Amino acid sequence: MAEKIIGKPAAIYDEFSRKGGAAPTATHYCPGCGHGIIHKLIGEAMDDLGIQDRSVMISPVGCAVFAYYYFDCGNLQVAHGRAPAVGTGMSRAQDNAVVISYQGDGDLASIGLNETMQAANRGEKMAVFFVNNTVFGMTGGQMAPTTLIGEKTVTCPDGRDPRFAGYPLHMCEILDNLKAPVFIERVSISDISHIRKARKAIRRALEVQRDGKGYAFVEVLSTCPTNLKQNAQQSTDFVNNMMEKEFPLQNFRDRFDEAEPLWRDESDFSKSAIDKLYSLEDNASPEAVPDKDFRIALVKIAGFGGQGVLSMGLTLARAGCRDQRYTSWYPSYGPEQRGGTSNCSVVISGESIGSPVVYESDVLIALNQPSLEKFAGDVKKGGVILYDATISGVEVPKNVRSIAVPAMQIAKDAGSVKAANTVMLGVMMELGDTGLPEKVFREAIEDTFASKPKLIPMNLTILEAAAKWARENIK
Amino acid sequence: MATQLIKGNSAVIIGALYAGCDCYFGYPITPASEILHEASQTFPKLGRKFVQAESEEAAINMVYGAASAGHRVMTASSGPGMSLKQEGISYLAGAELPSVIVDIMRAGPGLGNIGPEQGDYAQVVKGGGHGNYHNIVLAPNSVQEMCDHTIKAFELASKYRNPVVVLADGVLGQMIEPLHFPDEAITPVIDESWAVCGTKETKENLVSSIFLDFDKLEDFNYQLQEKYETIKENETVHEEYMTEDASIVLVAYGISSRICHSAVEVARREGFKVGLFRPITLFPFPEKELKGIADSYDCTFIAVEMSNGQMMEDVKLAIECSRPVELVNRLGGNLITLDQVMEKIREVASREA
Repeated sequence: MAEKIIGKPAAIYDEFSRKGGAAPTATHYCPGCGHGIIHKLIGEAMDDLGIQDRSVMISPVGCAVFAYYYFDCGNLQVAHGRAPAVGTGMSRAQDNAVVISYQGDGDLASIGLNETMQAANRGEKMAVFFVNNTVFGMTGGQMAPTTLIGEKTVTCPDGRDPRFAGYPLHMCEILDNLKAPVFIERVSISDISHIRKARKAIRRALEVQRDGKGYAFVEVLSTCPTNLKQNAQQSTDFVNNMMEKEFPLQNFRDRFDEAEPLWRDESDFSKSAIDKLYSLEDNASPEAVPDKDFRIALVKIAGFGGQGVLSMGLTLARAGCRDQRYTSWYPSYGPEQRGGTSNCSVVISGESIGSPVVYESDVLIALNQPSLEKFAGDVKKGGVILYDATISGVEVPKNVRSIAVPAMQIAKDAGSVKAANTVMLGVMMELGDTGLPEKVFREAIEDTFASKPKLIPMNLTILEAAAKWARENIK
Repeated sequence: MATQLIKGNSAVIIGALYAGCDCYFGYPITPASEILHEASQTFPKLGRKFVQAESEEAAINMVYGAASAGHRVMTASSGPGMSLKQEGISYLAGAELPSVIVDIMRAGPGLGNIGPEQGDYAQVVKGGGHGNYHNIVLAPNSVQEMCDHTIKAFELASKYRNPVVVLADGVLGQMIEPLHFPDEAITPVIDESWAVCGTKETKENLVSSIFLDFDKLEDFNYQLQEKYETIKENETVHEEYMTEDASIVLVAYGISSRICHSAVEVARREGFKVGLFRPITLFPFPEKELKGIADSYDCTFIAVEMSNGQMMEDVKLAIECSRPVELVNRLGGNLITLDQVMEKIREVASREA
C-alpha cells in the first residue's frame, strides 16, 4: 500500500475556526517551526489507532498554548508546567480517555519538572510529547533548561555558560531512571528520514494509551528558527549536528508488550455503600436533647503521649453522647502532640456548646507532673483535680479538691499498666462531677473498644476497681 | 436520628462522599491532614479516585483535570498550601470549572504555626489569585456544618460552574462532635454540554481560560461579574441571634461565631442588649442584611475575628460606615475567649450609657 504523503488527518481540523483571522487553514506557528509537523504526526497516529474520540489534548503554556486550535478532539488548556497534573486528574476521572500532554522545554523541564517527574513515576496513563527546541519560544527566546552550552539566547547573550547556568537537562535520561514508564524515546523532526522515525515513536506512545498500559514519553528535537535566528538549512543543521550531539536519539525503553493494561474500578455512589463504610447501622448514638438544668462540665485531660489522654477524652465524650448531652472534644494537635505531652478538652452540656476549648476546667485529670503543673492553676473554684499518685511536689490551688489517685497501680494490679486512663474514668464515674450516670461510662467503654472486643472485660473490671477505690478512699 | 462522634476534618469527607464527590487530590498539611487521611481510607473502598499529589500546585491542577471531565472533585489544605493553590484556583475560576476546596486555616504569615486563625479571609474571599474572580465561600461553625457545607459546596459549584471554598479553621478541623449523617447520597450527573470526557459526545468541547482578544476577555469578565451578582441575589446566607432589639451587634463567622453565641447569652443575663450576626456565606457577604440592621437600629457593631480586621472591612463596607464598628481579635494561633468578648461588650455599653 502506498504511503499517504499529502493530506490532513481527520484528527486535525480542516479549518482552524478557533484561531479566527483571515487564513483559516494556516497555523499560528512561525515558518520553519517544528510544531506543525509534530501536530500532524500526532493527528495521523490518532487516526490510525482509532482513538480520536477518546483523546483529550492538553495545551500547555508556550508556543503550543493554542494546540486546541488544531486537534479535533477534547481539549484542555492549562497553567504553565501543570499539564501532567491536569492529565493525572483527567486520567483518573475518565479511565477510558486517551490523555495527551503536549509541552515545550520551558513548560516541561523548567517550571513543570516536578509534575513531569511525579506523573511519570506514578505511571499515569498519558502520552507526553516533549518538544525540545532549546529555547523559550512564546516569551521571546529566553534560555531553556535544554539550551546548549555556548548557545546564545536573549537571557544568555554571550552563550550559555555552565559556571553560571548549569548544563542542558536530559529529560529522557532522567525519566529512564524511573520504574513506571512504559515507553521512552528521543526522536527528531529535522528532516524526512528523522520524521519517519518520529512518527513510529509517537504512534507507539499512543498505542500504549489506546490499550491503557501507562506512561509514555517522547522527546522531539525540534526547530525554532525565529528565536534562534536561523534559516531553514541552519535550523536543520543545528538539530542534526548540535542538538543530537548533546541529546542522542535513541529508544530508552519500550515495554509495550510486557505492560499490563490498568483499568480502574467504577465509582460507587450508593448511600448503602457509604452507610456500610461507617457502620451506621450498628454504631450510632441518639441525638442530644436540650436540658437547661444540666450543669455544663468542662474537663481537661493531660499527660504524656501514649498514656491514652486523647482516647480517654473520647470515651468521656462518648459517655456524654450516650446520655444525650451536647458534647465536644478538642485535642492539642500536631507537633505539640507528637512531642511528648498531650491534652484534650471535653465539654458536656445540656445546650449547644460555644467554644470547645477548655481554658478553665471543672475537672482536671493530670497523668503526669508537667500536666499538673501546667493546668492546675486553671481549675475553677470548687473544681476537682485527679492526678496520678506517683506525682509529688506540685502545689495545688486552694478552693479546689485535689485527689491523688493510684491510677497506674490500680491499672497494673488489674492487668494493664496502660489502662491508667480507664482508672481515672472510673473515679470520675464514682465522683459524679460530670453529671453523667454510671451506666453511660460502661457503655462508652464498650464503644471505645468495639473494634478490640477482647479489651472490653478488662477495662470494665478496671473501671469498677477504680470506682471501688474511690468509694473507699475519697470522702 | 442516630449520630456518631466525628472529627471536623473527617466530616468534610463524609459530606463529600454523600455529595457524590468522585475524586480527591491532596497534599499533607497540619491541621488539615485528616481530610487527606479520611479520603485515602474511604475513596478507594468505593472505587472513587484518590491521589496524594506531589505538591499543592499539583493537587489543585489534578482538580482542574478531573473537574474538566465534569466530575465532582475536591482538595483541601491550610494557609501555606492555600497560597500555593492560588494560581490553580484562578484558572478554575477562569475556566469556570466546578470544584470544591477546603481551607482549614492556621496562623500566618509565612510558616506561622499550626494553631487556629482566620487570616486567610482576604485571600479566599477576595480572590487570592490573579484576575477579577470570586470564589463562593462557605463558613461552617460545627462538625455538622463541616459535613453539610461540603455537600452544599458541591451543589453550588455545579450550579454556578465556580470554585467553592469551605473556609474553616484548626479548631473546627480538629474538634470532635456528634455528626448526624446525611439522609441521602447523590449520584452526580456529568454535564456533557461543556465537559471534556474523552468521548465522542464531548469531542468538540474546550476547557480554557484564554481570550486573546481584549474585548472578548472584557466581555467574559463582565459575564463573570453578572454571575457573581446572581450568586449574591440567590445564595447569600446568614444567621441572626437576638438582634431584634440589640444595641450591640457582634459579627462573627466560623469558630468565633460560637464564642460570640455564648457571649450573647452571658451578656443578656447581665442585662446588655447584645445580638449576633453570623455570615454563613462570606462571598457573597450578607451586605443587605447587615445594612438592614444598621438602618433599623441605633447600634454598634463589633467584628469578632481571629484575623487583623479582614472581615471587619466587609462589615464597614456593608453598612457604608453608617454605624461604629469595633474590633475584637486574636492572632497567632490564639482563640478568642468569652471573657475577651465580654470585656469589649461592657466597654462599649458603658461608653454608650
